[in-house]
Amino acid sequence: MTFKKHSIKEIEKMLHNNEITVKDLVESSLNRIKEVDDQVKAFITVDEENALKKAEQLDQQTNKDAKLFGIPGAIKDNIVTKGLRTTCGSQFLSNFTDPLYDATVVDKLHEAEAVTVGKLNMDEFAMGSTTENSSYQTTHNPWNLDHVPGGSSGGSAAAVAAGEVLFTLGTDTGGSIRQPAAFCGVVGMKPTYGRVSRFGAVAFASSLDQVGPITRTVEDNARILEVISGRDKMDMTSAHEDVPAFSEGLTGDIKGLKIAVPKEYLSEAVDPEVKEAVMNALKLYESLGATWEEVSLPHSKYAAAVYYIISSGEASANLARFDGVRYGVRSEKAKNMLDMFRLSRSEGFGDEVKKRMFLGAYALSSGNYEAYYKKAQQVRTLIKQDFDHVFANYDVIVGPTTPTPAFKIGEKNFDPMVVYARDVTTVPINLAGVPAISVPCGFSKDGLPFGLQIIGKHFAEQTVYRVAHAFEQATDFHKTLPQLGGAQ
Amino acid sequence: MMSHVSEDKVKQLADMLRIAVTEEEATRYTEHLNKMVDYVKCLDEVDTDGVEPMTHAIELKNVMRDDEPKQWITQEQALKNAPDHEDGQFRVPAILD
Repeated sequence: MTFKKHSIKEIEKMLHNNEITVKDLVESSLNRIKEVDDQVKAFITVDEENALKKAEQLDQQTNKDAKLFGIPGAIKDNIVTKGLRTTCGSQFLSNFTDPLYDATVVDKLHEAEAVTVGKLNMDEFAMGSTTENSSYQTTHNPWNLDHVPGGSSGGSAAAVAAGEVLFTLGTDTGGSIRQPAAFCGVVGMKPTYGRVSRFGAVAFASSLDQVGPITRTVEDNARILEVISGRDKMDMTSAHEDVPAFSEGLTGDIKGLKIAVPKEYLSEAVDPEVKEAVMNALKLYESLGATWEEVSLPHSKYAAAVYYIISSGEASANLARFDGVRYGVRSEKAKNMLDMFRLSRSEGFGDEVKKRMFLGAYALSSGNYEAYYKKAQQVRTLIKQDFDHVFANYDVIVGPTTPTPAFKIGEKNFDPMVVYARDVTTVPINLAGVPAISVPCGFSKDGLPFGLQIIGKHFAEQTVYRVAHAFEQATDFHKTLPQLGGAQ
Repeated sequence: MMSHVSEDKVKQLADMLRIAVTEEEATRYTEHLNKMVDYVKCLDEVDTDGVEPMTHAIELKNVMRDDEPKQWITQEQALKNAPDHEDGQFRVPAILD
């Protein structure tokens, strides 16, 4: 059994016709992990025993109607899983082997009878865009192992691209689902803020974080989002909105669709090959009956500064819970309680996490609050209004997900200007709270994938999926697979 | 590059954040924080007079619910992931030296 070329819908049919068993599927996933994960390093934890047990249990069932019956998937390691180690990519939580409950999204996957095979690598506490900030390992891009998979959900994107599982969950605070999806040539969705419950997703920046699916195709992605969406009484910020059947709205019909293309997303910082791929996509949309026009999101250039203040401020408060008392690693050196906090946090958190907490604490401290934090919140309002103005006249916004393909491992370009140029296309979407997807839209001459980003109005995921699907069905990018070793 | 934040201020922040820093770390984090502060100063260009601060991505109203007791986790479970515990309680080093 090799599932790499099959959609969830096709596998569902094969299961119903008894052509394959759930055990075949799960074994195929586990075998693929054994075959390629020593190169890709997407997984922090593989739960072989429970995955096989669950598969055998599902194979005993006569009712196979659940929406993700027997489908193998994996979860980013900042989403808690009952009894399965959850590290957030941090050495601080290396001993957090026994979480007491499942995140709501994990509950929902299990209700839909998906099989989770393990937990995926990420930048520590989701701070980073390469997985190089993980305390455990750097994940490698399946298209070229010398390159990063992107981040922070780099393990989630690489695992799908490498054919290790059919779907994964990631989290996206400032691009952490879409950027790795673009770098790994897969489909990644950041839903509207509030669409998906955050209960059990370890908080980084609570006003920005959202959980979303990564898959090989748009249809698979829509199906996963259908399962994990909806109001949750455990998350007061989850929305009361109805959840449409996203996967049933994929008609391919986009006649009359009005597309806006922000000039700020196609600046000189954008690689010419990426720009060409986006222009080709727009031509394709025209041929399908859509129209496009250039627009401006004038406050985009301030988005990175706003993002770093707000996300770091929220993080400095959220990460206060890691104190070496209730869970996590406690410093051996502490002789009194205050030192226990100080030393445990000093030894437990990595460098990037500390840097962000210093910025956050500085921006929130008395005397600075008005000048930094409140100012950032005001500019956030203007950034959101930019989107409101464009969406008054257009259905979707389209542009590149990232200005370049994946960079090399170890390149670590710390020039802030380069880093912030990378944030311009992803961060404003989280600040505005709107949904956005990345779909594969081309390859560099070196064979690294690019992503096309489609951004919608609040709670217009159905439109976003329809527009993404129309592009995917008219192109072959999603059918090209990375040339990793092994049988598939 | 202009330096706004002193090393002493960073040590004070480290104390508030309950993160122990060495002298070398204090110097390094001060340097980084100053770079970030210089960068985010670009927001000063933006006229925000009369602009409401945005605290959340979607409109939220107070959400009320009934206060119903329910079984959550047991004491034993709560202690399961703790680095140290004794007699059903979290155990920590002495509060006073």
